[in-house]
Amino acid sequence: MKNILTYAALLIFAAGMLLCMTGLEFGNPAYTDMDDYMVENGQVLTGGNNIVTDIVFDFRGFDTLGEATVLFTAVLGIGLIFRRLREDEEYGYE
Amino acid sequence: MDMSRIVRTTANVLLPFILIYGFYIVMHGHLTPGGGFQGGAVIATGIVLLFAAYSYTDLKEKVTLGALKNSETLGLLLFIFTALLALTAGFAFFGNWLVNGGAIFGDMVAFGPNPGDLNTGGVIPIMNLAVGIEVLGAMGVIILSMLSGIQEDA
Repeated sequence: MKNILTYAALLIFAAGMLLCMTGLEFGNPAYTDMDDYMVENGQVLTGGNNIVTDIVFDFRGFDTLGEATVLFTAVLGIGLIFRRLREDEEYGYE
Repeated sequence: MDMSRIVRTTANVLLPFILIYGFYIVMHGHLTPGGGFQGGAVIATGIVLLFAAYSYTDLKEKVTLGALKNSETLGLLLFIFTALLALTAGFAFFGNWLVNGGAIFGDMVAFGPNPGDLNTGGVIPIMNLAVGIEVLGAMGVIILSMLSGIQEDA
């Protein structure tokens, strides 16, 4: 019974993947309005010649704020792992 | 326990150039490929070079964990503070309130290919600098934490 259920789930999964693979047309139609807007107006609106930096720090500033916060949190975790133990503190593992 | 004199001398000679190159990448982030993240990582490699050439015990008085932590926090605070300052100038959060204003980083930029002017970009160079300081501090804290765990050379 369990085997049959597993095979049925696998079959449904494979059918879904096949449907996605064959049923969708990628790049048609091409939605490039946002790209064109940034390439055409990026220099004038943000004043930077490097369009990538214009997007990262101006058009997508919130994204960069999240990125910086992720870095901060990663360093926080590393500091927690590698912190110096107090005098009376023991390692928790056996 | 230090590395040999050759390694230490090479590190001494190379360190200023690495720091200047990293600072160049940070400050030209809005003109050339690069930016705060990449430039901060380059500066952090200078710190790694120092710790590879000299021992951890020699340098732990000069390059302290507290200073790097402070630089990381300062970078993130400067980033958020620059974004918040846009509110006082009448823009939205993260608005570019310095661009084309004629003040600092406020020169007009031409559309199309041009040689580039460092004094453009509005808040983008300031944010690049903030992120550069933050990444430099973050990488340094990671390296120093791991080195202090083993208490040996890099």
